[in-house]
Amino acid sequence: MIPEIGHFALALALALSLAQAAVGLIGAQRADARLMGAAAPLAAGVLVAVAAAFACLVWAYVANDTTVLNVVQNSHSAKPMLYKVSGAWGNHEGSMLLWVLILALCGGAVAAFGTNLPSALQARVLGVLALVALGFLGFILGTSNPFERIWPPPMDGQGLNPILQDPGLAFHPPLLYLGYVGFAVTYAFAVAALIEGRVDAAWGRWVRPWALAAWSFLTLGIALGSWWAYYELGWGGYWFWDPVENASLMPWLAGCALLHSAIVVEKREALKTWTVFLALLAFGMSLLGTFLVRSGVLNSVHAFANDPERGTVILILLALYIGGGFLLFAWRAQAMLPTGVFTPVSREGSLVLNNLLLCSIAAVVLVGTLYPMFADLVLKEKFSVGPPFFNTAILPLAVPLIGAMALGPVLPWKRARLFPALQRLWWAALAGLAALALCLMIEGQRVGPALGFGAAAWVILAAVADIADRIALFSRPRAAWARAKGLPRAAWGGATAHAGMGVMILGLAGMGLATDTLRLVKPGETVALAGLDYRLVSVVDAPGPNFSARRATVEVRDGGTLVTVLQPERRSFPQGRMTTTEAAIHTTWLSDLYVVLGEERDGGAVLRIHNNPLAPWIWLGGAIMALGGGLSLSDRRMRVSAPAAKPVKAGARA
Amino acid sequence: MTRKKRRLWLLLLCALGLGSATALTLTAFQDNLVFFRSPSDIAREAPQPDRAFRLGGLVETGSVVRETAPDGKPEARFRVTDGAHGVSVTYVGVLPDLFREGQGVVTLGKLGPDGTFRASEVLARHDETYMPPEVADALKKSGHWNPNQGAAPPAATWNTLEPASAQPRRGS
Repeated sequence: MIPEIGHFALALALALSLAQAAVGLIGAQRADARLMGAAAPLAAGVLVAVAAAFACLVWAYVANDTTVLNVVQNSHSAKPMLYKVSGAWGNHEGSMLLWVLILALCGGAVAAFGTNLPSALQARVLGVLALVALGFLGFILGTSNPFERIWPPPMDGQGLNPILQDPGLAFHPPLLYLGYVGFAVTYAFAVAALIEGRVDAAWGRWVRPWALAAWSFLTLGIALGSWWAYYELGWGGYWFWDPVENASLMPWLAGCALLHSAIVVEKREALKTWTVFLALLAFGMSLLGTFLVRSGVLNSVHAFANDPERGTVILILLALYIGGGFLLFAWRAQAMLPTGVFTPVSREGSLVLNNLLLCSIAAVVLVGTLYPMFADLVLKEKFSVGPPFFNTAILPLAVPLIGAMALGPVLPWKRARLFPALQRLWWAALAGLAALALCLMIEGQRVGPALGFGAAAWVILAAVADIADRIALFSRPRAAWARAKGLPRAAWGGATAHAGMGVMILGLAGMGLATDTLRLVKPGETVALAGLDYRLVSVVDAPGPNFSARRATVEVRDGGTLVTVLQPERRSFPQGRMTTTEAAIHTTWLSDLYVVLGEERDGGAVLRIHNNPLAPWIWLGGAIMALGGGLSLSDRRMRVSAPAAKPVKAGARA
Repeated sequence: MTRKKRRLWLLLLCALGLGSATALTLTAFQDNLVFFRSPSDIAREAPQPDRAFRLGGLVETGSVVRETAPDGKPEARFRVTDGAHGVSVTYVGVLPDLFREGQGVVTLGKLGPDGTFRASEVLARHDETYMPPEVADALKKSGHWNPNQGAAPPAATWNTLEPASAQPRRGS
């Protein structure tokens, strides 16, 4: 019964979305206040309906209702409760439902908090959001119904892919989707602006928080996914330039460019067309990501279903939304005249540079991801591009980007001179060069990591210098505290996010110095790596709730003192007959000691041991970046209504 | 600065950005494209000795030998076959959990002068019934498997059967 209610709620949401799209777009076109006023309650209705459908699916998973095909294929009664719940979105149908739920949440938020928007703009935004929801609800009902029944019901489900049974992965898809779908809102704003032919500071003030929120969630989602890959897949790496990872990196890059150029729209009313373009692009990249991951063109843990029909439908949706958006852009973009004027060397100029570099990187990632697929389909040539391609193509673009990202925030708006700005950052530059030189001295000819350490010092210290400068820490230290409290949160947020990027670069540079070794050892034998001794004590059986495992005990000693005891495992899951490796990781924050248990033979076991310097700082940096986004979001200016563009106070910039 | 001049600047910058991105992509492609080769491809045309490529096929049944190198590192030797031809592979490292004889595998590495493929990576992900698409393609090309007629034949039979008799080919 409950699955039918869920199915019905989905169909209801489809009908309500249709109504919402119609009253929003037609009402705004006819300037009919009654029609426009109906869009917001309809958005609330869609949210309630989709939430009900999602709740029904979660119920089916929690109750392990084996008459539902989706549950049978992806769940099992022996699974821990957390994974029963997260299993609801750990599959194609459920994850698409989650996608629509988050879209409905965004629609509800625009309806609830958008009361201070011009009513025509709000109605159009809601109308466009409903159009997007319409497509995806139709997709779910037409090709991937999560509530499909199966009769007779089997005794139990087939289980969830064991490598997905992990707390990190339980939260990775929702976070990533919050990011992807958040860009649907900026897309809706961009389309609404194109229909109206008007972009002003108020528009920028609305788009920016959404771009910021979406970007922050996406940052967290990517960081979580990367961390999961690091500890769960047991390869010792954190980023593999896998197409699935690239699919999430592309919207992140475009969104990063968008939230920076939205600053320029908000403050200076310049770069309007460009910002609208980026808003379309960011959502386009999100849809492309969804297509790549969900259609089955890629083979990975993410491709739950290899159903060509589904891929085709997502591709059609992608073409409709993105093609439509860009057509509208080509037709209407001329209507938006820029008003703010600036010279190349200025805050605006640096943000333009940021946009260009970020978009260039996104373009490189796009080509590297799609070209092998294209070549396979069209040229019948099979090849792949791996990390070396991305590293050589992206590094030359990342170096100027990182150089400029420290400099940008200290440049004044409109017109600036480079030398005074550099003067304010001289100690950050000095520290960066020192870090680079130091690394070269200690580690020898390792250019990549040395550059990384230099860049990290430069970016982090420049962010500190920027804040110190704004609160006049050195010139008037007594007033600094008062000034710090008065400084807008957006300024803190910007500096925090930039510093977070620096912290991440620090981690990446450290990982560039990672070492590993591989050895077949018998109990009692010792392996040395990076000044530590790893002694295999024993390998024993260790049963788990829905798996059996072999667990090794490894003592790590520094000279005579015991540092830690690590217990890596190999787990075999009877459902699906899969084996997974559980790496054991001990972090000292300066370094991760990472041990993986391999096969056992000849009375011994294969141990793979990694020493990963500064590894945790990669994900910590990501978290700090997201925190910076959150700080920026909590800025008072983001919350107050901004009907007209007000002159910006000198101290209040982000 | 006039609007015209500014637009010119912007266009120039855009062209510069896109141009350098294109140039970087193309040069990086030139050096870093990793081609996929089946054992039959290698038999037909020897690849460049210093260039990494991906070799894929089925792990020949009975060919897997695990030993320990003098420095204590575990080493595995096996043959990768697509039915018509086979290539010997050596790999120093931990074989993936799903590495089995008779199963589809993709390896990354370089071909040595002695004709042995030295793999730096062995990919055998996914579940037991999964067949890497490249491997499936190579098997189809060598005439050993028509996916419409069910799962891939067991690897043990691959080198003893003639390609023509292995599968009655229909309409190809």
